[in-house]
Parts: sequence; C-alpha cells; structure tokens
Amino acid sequence: MIWYISKRLLQLIPVILGVTIIAFSLIHIAPGDPARTMLGQHATEKELNEIREKYGLDEPIYVQYGLWLSDVLRGDFGRSIITREEVLDEISSRFPNTIELTIMSMLFATIVGGLAGIISASKQYSVTDYTVMGVALFGISMPVFWLGIMLMLVFGVILGWLPIGGRIDLFIPYTRVTGFMIIDSIITFNLPAFISSIRHLILPSIALGTIPMAMIARVTRSSMLEVLRQDFIRTERAKGLSERAVIYKHAVRNAMVPVVTVIGLNFGLLLSGAILTETIFSWPGLGRLVVEAVYERDYPLVVGCILIFSIVFVIVNLITDILYTYIDPRIKYE
Amino acid sequence: MNRWELLKNSYNKLHSYLKRYSIFHVKYVDGSPRETRTQELVRRFRYNKSAVFGLILILVLVFMAVFADFIAPNDPNPSPPELQNSLQPGFWDENGAEGKPLGTDMLGRCVLSRIIYGSRISLSVGFVAVGIATALGVTIGVLAGYFGRWVDSILMRGVDIIFSFPALLLAIVIVATIGQGLDKAMIAIGIVYSPQMARIMRGSVLYIKEMEYIEAQKAIGSNNIRIIFRHVLPNSLSPVIVYGTLLMASAILDAAALGFLGLGAQPPTPEWGAMLSESRFYIVSGAWWAATFPGIAIIFAVLGLNLLGDGLRDILDPRLKS
Repeated sequence: MIWYISKRLLQLIPVILGVTIIAFSLIHIAPGDPARTMLGQHATEKELNEIREKYGLDEPIYVQYGLWLSDVLRGDFGRSIITREEVLDEISSRFPNTIELTIMSMLFATIVGGLAGIISASKQYSVTDYTVMGVALFGISMPVFWLGIMLMLVFGVILGWLPIGGRIDLFIPYTRVTGFMIIDSIITFNLPAFISSIRHLILPSIALGTIPMAMIARVTRSSMLEVLRQDFIRTERAKGLSERAVIYKHAVRNAMVPVVTVIGLNFGLLLSGAILTETIFSWPGLGRLVVEAVYERDYPLVVGCILIFSIVFVIVNLITDILYTYIDPRIKYE
Repeated sequence: MNRWELLKNSYNKLHSYLKRYSIFHVKYVDGSPRETRTQELVRRFRYNKSAVFGLILILVLVFMAVFADFIAPNDPNPSPPELQNSLQPGFWDENGAEGKPLGTDMLGRCVLSRIIYGSRISLSVGFVAVGIATALGVTIGVLAGYFGRWVDSILMRGVDIIFSFPALLLAIVIVATIGQGLDKAMIAIGIVYSPQMARIMRGSVLYIKEMEYIEAQKAIGSNNIRIIFRHVLPNSLSPVIVYGTLLMASAILDAAALGFLGLGAQPPTPEWGAMLSESRFYIVSGAWWAATFPGIAIIFAVLGLNLLGDGLRDILDPRLKS
C-alpha cells in the first residue's frame, strides 16, 4: 500500500511539471510585453532593457522557465498586476471559501444522491423510481449557472428566505482564525456569524451539488440493482433478514465502489462548476478570483490559480484511487 | 368482421408478437428477406424510447436552426433597439408584449426569437468543437494505440497533463490566451475535449489491433497507412459516434458557460449562455423570463443529446455499457 501511494506520488511529478510548462507558456503566448506592463507606456528603451535584465527577461525561454519554476517551488508566485498583492496571499485568503463550498456541495450530493439511488433501486419500476430517475436525468443536463439563478429567484427573490449572494452579512463582526468561516465562528463562539455563514452557504451548495447529485443517484441505482440480483442477497432474504437490513447493511456496502469512482470523478466537474457558482453568488472564492483575473489580464494571478486548481484536482484523483482499496479490498495494487 | 378477417387479424397479432419478442428470427417465416445490419440497428433504435425522444428533441433543434428566418416571430437584434419595450412579460400576463410570446429582454428584444436563432449557435458550437476534438483525439489515439511503445507513452503523458485541469478552467485559460469570442471558445472546447476522444480511440485501437484480420493484412504486406485508414478507423467508428454525441452535449453546456462568463459569444449574438448572463441582474426586479427560458432551451438541447448518445451506445456498442 505504502509502495503504491509513493509510486503514484512520484508519477504525479511529471504531470505537475507538465502543468507548470503549460501555465508558463501561457504567460508567454499572451499578448503584451511584461517589461512594458511594469514601467508603463512612456518608458525608454534603455529603462526597458534594464528591467529585462533585472528580471531575466532577456534570457532564453528555458532559462526563464527555470528561474520561474524555482520561484514557484519556493512558494513565490509573484505579485498580482492589479492589486500588487502577493499571488499566494490572494489565493490563500480565497481558498478556504472554495473548499467550504465544494465540501458542502459534495456532502449534499452524496447524501441526497446516494439515498435517492438506494430508494430508487429498492423500489425498482415504482412511481418513486421513475420520479427520481426523471429528476436525475434533468439534473445532469442542467447548466449550473441556470440552476443557480433559478434558486436565487425562488428562494432569494420570491420567497425571501435566503441571501442571494456573498459569504456573510456585511454588518456581522467576524474574527479570522483559520479562514474557514464556519470553523472560525464556532471556535470564537460567534453565533450570528455561524448562522449567517451557513445561510449564505445553502443556495450555492445546492446549485453546485445538483449535477453530481444526479450522477451519484444514477450510478448508485444501477450499482444497487446489480448487487440486489446476486446470490448472497437472496440467501439473506431467505434466512429472514429484514429488507432494511438487507439493503442498508449488505447491499449498500457492496454497491459503493462505482459510487466512490463517480464522487472522485465529479470533483473536476465540481471545481469547474465552482467557477460558475461563485460568479453567480458573488462568492469570494478561487473560482471567482480566476475569472476576475482573466477579465483583467492579471497573468501572474491566473497562473497561480491554475496551478492550485490542478494540484488540488490531481491530488483528489489520487485519493479516490487510494480509497478504492479500503472500500473493496479485492482490488490489489501492484 | 367476418371470420376470415378475424383469423387474419389474430395471425398478424401473433406474428408481430413473435417478431418482437422471440430470440429467433421468426421474420423468415413469412418469406420476407433477411434484415440487413442497418435495418437491425434501426429496429433496435426504434424500441429504445428514450433514444427516440432524444432524437426528436434534436430534430426540433435542427429544424429551429435551419428555419429560424421563417419561424422566429421577430428580429433577434432589432436596430435601433426598442428600449420602450424592455422587460415586458409574455403570454402569461395580460399586459404582455404583443407578438412576443416569451416576453422581451432589457433591450426590448423578443426572447423567443433570440432563443430560436440561438439554436444555430449552439448546434454549430456542438459540431465544430466536437469536430476539432475528434480530429485531434482520433489522430492522437490512433497513433498511440497502433504504434504503442514510446509513441504511446509520450502522447498519453500529454493527455494526462491536459486531464489534470478541470475542463472549464482549461477552456477559460485558453480563451484568456488566444482571445475572447465564439470562434475561439469553440477551439478551446475542442482542445479541452480531445484527450477524452484520444483515450477512447486508443482503447478501441488496442482492441482492434489484436484482431486476426489485421494480422492477415500485415501478412499480405499492407503498409501501416493502409491498415489504419482501411481497417482500423472504420472498425472503431461506433465509439467515436457515441462519445461524439455525448461530448456534444457537454460542449453546448461549456460553450454556454463561457458565454455566461462573457468569454464566449459576445453581445449582441443571441447565444443562450450570454442571454442568461445579460438578463440575470433583472430577476431581482421581477423580470424572471429573460433569464429562465434560454436556460430551458439549453436543458432540452443537452437532454436530447444525452438521451440520443445513451441510446446509440446501447445500440451500437453494447460492450461500452458498463
């Protein structure tokens, strides 16, 4: 197991190197001269050359890549062109919000989707089954930004139950400890902040979690149906176990492997969806940061966000692979 | 009804029942010719209700796109803009806009007409983006699968790298680099989807490569190019069709997402995602229609392609079902 994990970690190195090469070449394909961006329109040729020499911009491209990579490895992503803040600071202040959002949506998707799939499978061809599968079919075809707007319209504008944007109400005092607002408000015993941050989290999580929920429901149903047809289920029914025990104690466990795969695969979708959801709900997360950076052609920030996004993405995929062995010990890694 | 007709009817009923449910080819009994492969596929397709429904949705979409000039009640981009008509409700309201069944957007443009014209954009995005993805992906997949060894390693590592970006993020980044616009969005989506096509194609080629007819071709001295074009490609067509259809659904979604973010189609193009994005700020003042209907159009287009793709998969390639 340890061998397998370390081998996979080693295999990540060339992939992440490739990602850095793509990210780096992006800055170079993009139009604009960085020296001129730094000094402005009226700089003389001499000043430009001095800046180029200072930052190594006159070196061949592979040397520049090497310099840039060594900075990145030391955690120096450069500064944002617009705000002049350190890119890493900008990212780390937004990162917890995105993590909170994705975890909440995944919880929503897994619990609701999983239960819907199990119920659907245990009552195959019933009205419930058809309803769940119909909803799931629409769920996978729905654009996340449309769903977000509809949720805002119904629960925010018409019913007025929940806020339609932002992370927390403006006038609520809040002390930052870890950056994760829910955790922070718990450890500082800040009840208003806790309630407000949860209320702001509900609509974005549902919007972001619905597509994965639909996929999880579909996969859980088909996986459950396959398991329910097997002999050991018949044996359990024959020895008189209650239907509830058969389904929840035995069938569900055996049906989990494909579900975990789908949950893992959905993380990529979730990160893509987070970009849209955060834009709709003015959520101060990484997704909105990258979109704003693209609008403003803030390349150091764009590159920083891409690197973080991809690293999170490959690590999640790795964790998914490793989880299989715990769920299904029959899968052996050599 | 006389007895003869009764007999004929019951015979016909029995016959169609047998034809439909028997595992044997009862068809031959009445002397009709043996069905061809195409006929068999069409028959299997017709019994797949959801696939037929998907096909109908897509045909409606194609019809809308082709005859947009004739069926759209209004000009999608009137100039000068009819600002006096802005944000008027549609048929559900007594004071709704005349001749604009789905209401108007903030520039007084007919939402229905814009949705109808938008189907042209979504369909072409689907075709062009998937076309680019297929061209790139099939080339990579065939080279990697057929030649194996170092060609395979290099190409597949490249594919892994593209796979390690969330799809929409990579599309956004490519658009940020090469510039905004619908044409560039299509290219970006095509590039982002090519690895999926490449993996599918590679798997398919690896399977076909081991077949005896390929070995036979090698034995009679056919060169690689001939084998690839005459034998490998035609035999791996069905997964490409199936996944092409499914990818088209995602391509339409992602193009709408790029349009929504302002990085795809630029105003005043009637692109569904951009329409949604422009009108979303007006829902707070109660004008929900301009943002709602383009989204429903997207759902039906994507749903249609998903159903059709699933149906084609069941029919063309039962191996892929798992």
